[in-house]
Amino acid sequence: MISADLFSNAIVAGILLGGFYAAVAIGLAIVFGQLDIVNIAHPAFIIVGAYIAYILNSRFGLDPILIGLLAAPVFFFVGALIYRVYFLAFERTGQESLSGLAFFFGVMFIIEVVLILIYGFDYRLVQADYIGQSWRIGFVDFPLRMLVPFAVAAALTAAIYLFMSRTFMGRAIQAVAQDRLALQLMGADPVRIKQWAFGLGIATTAIAGALLIIIGPVEPSVGRLYIGRAFAIVVLGGMGSIKGMFIAALILGVVESMVSTFAGPSWSPAVAFGFLGLTLALRPAGLFGRR
Amino acid sequence: MSARVLEVSGLTKRFGGFVALNNVDVHVAPGERLGLIGPNGSGKTTLINCVSGALFNDEGSIRFDGQDITRMLPHKRARLGVARSFQIPKPFKSMTVLENLRVPLEYAAWSRAEHRHINDEAMALLESIGLKHCAHQNSAGLTQVDMRKLELARALAAKPRLLVSDEAMAGLSSAEVDEILEILLALNARGVAVIMIEHIMRAVMRFSQRVVVLDAGEKIAEGTPDEIVKNPDVERAYLGE
Amino acid sequence: MKSAAFWGVLAAIFAGGLVLTTVVENEYYYNAFYLILQATLMAVAWNILGGFTGYVNFGSAAFFAMGAYTTVALNKALALPLPLLILAGGAVGGLVGFGLGYLTLRLKGVYFAIATLAMAIVIETFIANWPYVGGARGSYMLTPEKHLWFDSYIQMLFMVMLLLTLTAVVISRVLNSSRLGRGLAAIRDDEVAAESAGVPTLRLKLVSTTVMGAMMGVAGAPFPYFVTFVDPVSAFNLFIAVNAIAMPMIGGTGHWIGPVIGALLVGTTQEIVKVTVSSELNVLIVGVMLVVFITLAPQGIVGLVQKHWKRKQ
Repeated sequence: MISADLFSNAIVAGILLGGFYAAVAIGLAIVFGQLDIVNIAHPAFIIVGAYIAYILNSRFGLDPILIGLLAAPVFFFVGALIYRVYFLAFERTGQESLSGLAFFFGVMFIIEVVLILIYGFDYRLVQADYIGQSWRIGFVDFPLRMLVPFAVAAALTAAIYLFMSRTFMGRAIQAVAQDRLALQLMGADPVRIKQWAFGLGIATTAIAGALLIIIGPVEPSVGRLYIGRAFAIVVLGGMGSIKGMFIAALILGVVESMVSTFAGPSWSPAVAFGFLGLTLALRPAGLFGRR
Repeated sequence: MSARVLEVSGLTKRFGGFVALNNVDVHVAPGERLGLIGPNGSGKTTLINCVSGALFNDEGSIRFDGQDITRMLPHKRARLGVARSFQIPKPFKSMTVLENLRVPLEYAAWSRAEHRHINDEAMALLESIGLKHCAHQNSAGLTQVDMRKLELARALAAKPRLLVSDEAMAGLSSAEVDEILEILLALNARGVAVIMIEHIMRAVMRFSQRVVVLDAGEKIAEGTPDEIVKNPDVERAYLGE
Repeated sequence: MKSAAFWGVLAAIFAGGLVLTTVVENEYYYNAFYLILQATLMAVAWNILGGFTGYVNFGSAAFFAMGAYTTVALNKALALPLPLLILAGGAVGGLVGFGLGYLTLRLKGVYFAIATLAMAIVIETFIANWPYVGGARGSYMLTPEKHLWFDSYIQMLFMVMLLLTLTAVVISRVLNSSRLGRGLAAIRDDEVAAESAGVPTLRLKLVSTTVMGAMMGVAGAPFPYFVTFVDPVSAFNLFIAVNAIAMPMIGGTGHWIGPVIGALLVGTTQEIVKVTVSSELNVLIVGVMLVVFITLAPQGIVGLVQKHWKRKQ
């Protein structure tokens, strides 16, 4: 007998988790979904963001979300720089597929090893007032350490959605994804735009990392669990669609939560890969895909 | 028992809600030269993809030399003798021109090739097509016309009974068009049936014994080149009302 | 490389190994050589699917670990001699490779790569939850008494791994210049064009994944005797997976000798750093080398050499 109590808590936990997953995937939705750059190191950057939140939080007591917002511009520049290297080495010569993949795999590995060298395998966490608290409506719990990240993630998604649809740069990014030549004829530089987009994608990882370490403790190899989730969400949502990505993230969160509650937590990483597999097999364009 | 080398009946192919081909019938006799024309987007390449097996049709059947190949994988069709060239050339970029020809000789034509003398066969093919001078050159650095010739050479190396040439002449100069035309005519003289998809009308007129016209996924006309030229439906399809 | 020269060099290397075991006593060298040879074998195996066929495998550690854990499991049930364990490890690795190929038939590019990562995580989870082989806590393996005529067990392991690696290199070279290898190259260069040229792409991809899996399983089979303690963390280590990718890419993926060059270069550098600087930093080396080489020399060392020769002409 599945109690209504357990069931509704699992659903709510899933939705909150899903919101956080949107923050994880949104950068990849831009970089991979629209620009087709296979940044497999995307979750590794999120872990870096988490560690930065940990450092500044334990040192200065700053709120992790604030740290994430402050770190975002720095991450933006790092992202732009990495794209420059990627473009010069791979995109310009048309070598993207194998070499580009291996490049980001190497970057991911370097990030993980450096973190291990500096911080070891111990779990790190942050302190904030709201982390221990929880709201209760009826028999459903809303732990703040999940609710706050959900709110931030939703705001981030909305902000980026508006950016993509209302600003010149945002629409240029969508344009360069669909038709480079037309963009060039209009006088815009595709490389600069892609650089902007990649930087934006990495900037989101600063915030996602802060959210991650609010939700739970972090150690260097945690990032690998998110590779499957991030790609699954982007593909399921439909490669170019921010809206689709958010919905896919919620779906994944809910399904993972249900599986975790009723079948056991060790099965939840498998859920994402299962979704990815099913989507690719049945409907490769995803829910809202443009292709 | 069919005397036809290719028999396409009632072929329908949809992409989601879009009907790319609607109930199309096409047949080719052994050794025949068929022209396939139609405005852009009329479904010519889709038809060819279904015949070669790159796509599977939703309805209808495809018979090759009397055998039903409707659900057969592309490589098996290639082995039976269905060859096609690609509109945008797809050379094996890590290989030389000669090595590019080894692949179809060693696979599609394996039952029909001289196993011990593959290189000689490839060389002979290159000579007949005018590519001998770049046999050992990497296939990624060829000129446009040589790239098209390599595309055709690879299809020829499969020793087909039916060759589909998908816009092999697009963007070439008049002299280059004639070169390709000679290659196809010589091939046909050896008994290979050829379906030519082209927009260059003088080539289609000179080459084809019979022409099929597609428009918006439907066959709108069929006949000799002269008949097609005078057909008002064809004129309307190309020029509009 | 001409056939006679090739076999000559292999025979010389094997003979050299034998001579070494009679001359050098210090076990450190055999440990180091074993690891470098193991990495070479893994690199050669990876390159069959990655370099020859163009499908990037991120989960190499899973095949390796399956070989290691087959040894652990069989060793508990029966006391089998090493050659049989190696065959068993290869068979299991090959089976997993076949399964991977079958399940991922339609996936291309990054999706295939992610699928290999998923498979590695799934297999690691199963092993970690299997108490018979020690689960997450790991399993101890006693070093056997017998080591033939060699001075010590590690010397014998070294010669075994040398033989296995040389065999793998032979297989790789044969593949590279065979009809099968040309079919794989066609798949790598343009899968659609390959299919329409008569190449049975699905079948060849299955062959490729199975051979790669079998070779990696073979590489892992003696591992438990080498380390004497096996647990999921050490067996499924990302380091093994990164090495397996980095070494062929640094050496050059199109040619059979690329992974060998890459493995020797990277493996030796790692050993030197491990001994002179620190053992943690040596892990970082391969990641940095991978990124640097891939950015500056995407065709690897073999590519650089080939470009140099062409410029001379």
